[in-house]
Amino acid sequence: MGHAGRIVRQIRWYVGSLMGDNHYQRYLTHRRRDHPGEPVLSEAQYWRMRHRQTETNPGARCC
Amino acid sequence: MGSPPAAPHHLSEEVRGDVTFVRTDPNLPPVAIIDRSPINRRHRLLFGAIAVLGAVAWAMIAFLRGETVNAVWFVLAAICTYVIGFRFYARLIEMKIVRPRDDHATPAEIYENGTDYMPTDRRVLFGHHFAAIAGAGPLVGPVLAIQMGYLPGTIWIILGAVLAGCVQDYLVLAISTRRRGRSLGQMARDELGPVGGTAAIVGVLVIMMILLAVLGLVVVNALAESPWGVFSIAMTIPIAIFMGVYLRYLRPGRVSEVSLIGVALLLLAVVAGGWVGHTDWGVQWFTLSKVTLSWCLIIYGLAASVLPVWLLLAPRDYLSTFMKIGTIALLAVGILLARPVMAAPAVSQFAGTGAGPVFAGSLFPFLFITIACGALSGFHSLIASGTTPKLLEKESQMRLIGYGGMMTESFVAIMALITASILNPHLYFVMNAPAAATGGTAETAAAYVNALGLSGQPITPAEINDAATSVGEQSIVSRTGGAPTLAFGMAQVLSVFGGSGLKAFWYHFAIMFEALFILTTIDAGTRVARFMLSDGLSNLGGPLRRLHDPSWKVGAWVCSIIVVAAWGSILLMGVTDPLGGINTLFPLFGIANQLLAAIALTVVTVVVIKMGLLKWAWIPGIPLLWDLVVTLTASWQKIFSGDPKLGYWTQHFQFRDARDAGKTSFGAAKNPEQLSDVIRNTFIQGTLSILFATVVLIVVASAVVMTIRSMRGRGRPLAVEPPVPSRIFGPSRLLATPVEKEVQKQWDMLGESSVRSVGTSAH
Repeated sequence: MGHAGRIVRQIRWYVGSLMGDNHYQRYLTHRRRDHPGEPVLSEAQYWRMRHRQTETNPGARCC
Repeated sequence: MGSPPAAPHHLSEEVRGDVTFVRTDPNLPPVAIIDRSPINRRHRLLFGAIAVLGAVAWAMIAFLRGETVNAVWFVLAAICTYVIGFRFYARLIEMKIVRPRDDHATPAEIYENGTDYMPTDRRVLFGHHFAAIAGAGPLVGPVLAIQMGYLPGTIWIILGAVLAGCVQDYLVLAISTRRRGRSLGQMARDELGPVGGTAAIVGVLVIMMILLAVLGLVVVNALAESPWGVFSIAMTIPIAIFMGVYLRYLRPGRVSEVSLIGVALLLLAVVAGGWVGHTDWGVQWFTLSKVTLSWCLIIYGLAASVLPVWLLLAPRDYLSTFMKIGTIALLAVGILLARPVMAAPAVSQFAGTGAGPVFAGSLFPFLFITIACGALSGFHSLIASGTTPKLLEKESQMRLIGYGGMMTESFVAIMALITASILNPHLYFVMNAPAAATGGTAETAAAYVNALGLSGQPITPAEINDAATSVGEQSIVSRTGGAPTLAFGMAQVLSVFGGSGLKAFWYHFAIMFEALFILTTIDAGTRVARFMLSDGLSNLGGPLRRLHDPSWKVGAWVCSIIVVAAWGSILLMGVTDPLGGINTLFPLFGIANQLLAAIALTVVTVVVIKMGLLKWAWIPGIPLLWDLVVTLTASWQKIFSGDPKLGYWTQHFQFRDARDAGKTSFGAAKNPEQLSDVIRNTFIQGTLSILFATVVLIVVASAVVMTIRSMRGRGRPLAVEPPVPSRIFGPSRLLATPVEKEVQKQWDMLGESSVRSVGTSAH
């Protein structure tokens, strides 16, 4: 792969990690590793769970 | 949340030259690298050159006068100072106080659950942390502080960050990480005892109310009588709801995708605002008064607090993060391309007299109150404790995240300062003096500003009107609050992209960007405050205990209404204040934020002393002392000053005497209603000043008691949690060193089966 391709891939990875695109993959990896064989949530269910969590434990934003 | 794994701690060290590799498990690669290599010749030369360049840049800023100081010198002075501060001062703090242990697991690793506890790549976490701490504060404060000239503001933003703000953020992050990510309020209770802890929690809550109210005031002032602005901001709500529905039902998890669509729609909304603002129906619908806008904001805050997060709050936050990072980067590039020169004086006449129209009071202490967020922001301690430790991969990365994150915020403040300094000073005061002074029309404003005795050509009413037309507004007279001034300056800078024909677009783009920030802070802040309130009330026991359950709808509504009513009433008070809301309330906002910093620094200093590091307690101690002197002097003047422009109570009694003497107008109050408005407002502001100062004095007093007890060996023990061995690795610096890369490779070869942090695969 060329240099430009690598840079594009890095930017995609960065934006994806920052915004949350790969959070579900992260969750799957975590479940596979630490809770192998146990059921996992679907992507839609995962995001519902995440939002439920923010609902009860909101993160502050600064001034 | 599971209990931490109680693995036996097999610490083994392997020394290779100056580098020590630490393993917690013989079957895994090293989890920590301790690099004791001395600074080499190349680095010495490099940092020497940076120091010299920084010194030259500072000399240019400090000694050149008039329209010759280029903005590039500010950028250079800032960056060089940050580099030196980060490399040497932050390193000293790291070695002497923080002493990171990468063989200890962080809260993120211990409680990893794939959702909110998650070891996150340091570069990604830097972005998260920055997006959480950066808001409208560092953009607005420096703009108002230009009243005193650009030099004092520049010095405070840069040195204040390096010696105070970054230190606070870094140390709060460090002590919270060692306490499983506990919040500032909890740590205050643990370390200072119940009295100090309760005072700190009450303080945080009250301080948040004033912050939300003043931020609301900034938005209202920017949008009032501006159909273009109101339309584009109003559109952000349907855009956010569309994004929320898209993410929930159409394509869950495609956050960047929907954010890009959202940003495109947002740009469209800004462009469309220009068309709508020129139609009759657009003007009719979207020209809103300050009072109406305040009510819209209050209803919005209440809705955001009780509506489901996925519908409004989460998508807005995505939009805001995207816009925040994108626009700040755009502005930095714009400044470097446009290389504007300063129009403001280095030090203005108002620095000494304290009679400036934007905010009252002399340079000390009010400059340090006005520029709060860009140099030292108490609010950051709420992010650095609680949120960020849950995502932190390695303790040694705290310097980059905590100290480095605040440096970036300080740089944002410097850019805001540059942007406001390039405006013609006459125009600056036309926009920022309260309506009671300018009279509200171009003619009266020109007469008022020309009589201020500013240097340079006097301004004509025609020039004021032309300036308004150039950004697509009816009037720019007394558009106080900082946001319109910043937007005007940004429009000037960003005109390097696309010429002056786009100036009106860039102005409204900048207004939209600031309003988006502020609305995100308001909706998240209302929700956070609601939880703090119900948590605090539920601790009182009795029937209130039910509030502990966050899913109890009645409790959620009641607490939301209390919170919204608290900041909403201060906001309404500000928009109707005959003396000009920003003029009277902004100092209270600054004092509140700086007092929160005092609480955070007090907790940090007590912890440092309890750790037995009395010798190094000056590191958080100096910023704490400075902050206390500044804020308590400001509070003192606000409470006791005999100058009615400065002291809330003097003003209160003067207006009350005037009313009692049967007068129907007095000073800025033109009729009996305004007279009683002023009497009521100054009473509330004066009471809040007393409350803030008292809360902080209680916190500091309990800290002193704790410190003395601890020095006599009878204090509360440190509330640190026992360490758990780490089983992951992550480089410490922004750019991994060759040794770190080598160890990272060993971890990468283990594949997915091993414990490893998120997103490290894209190296």
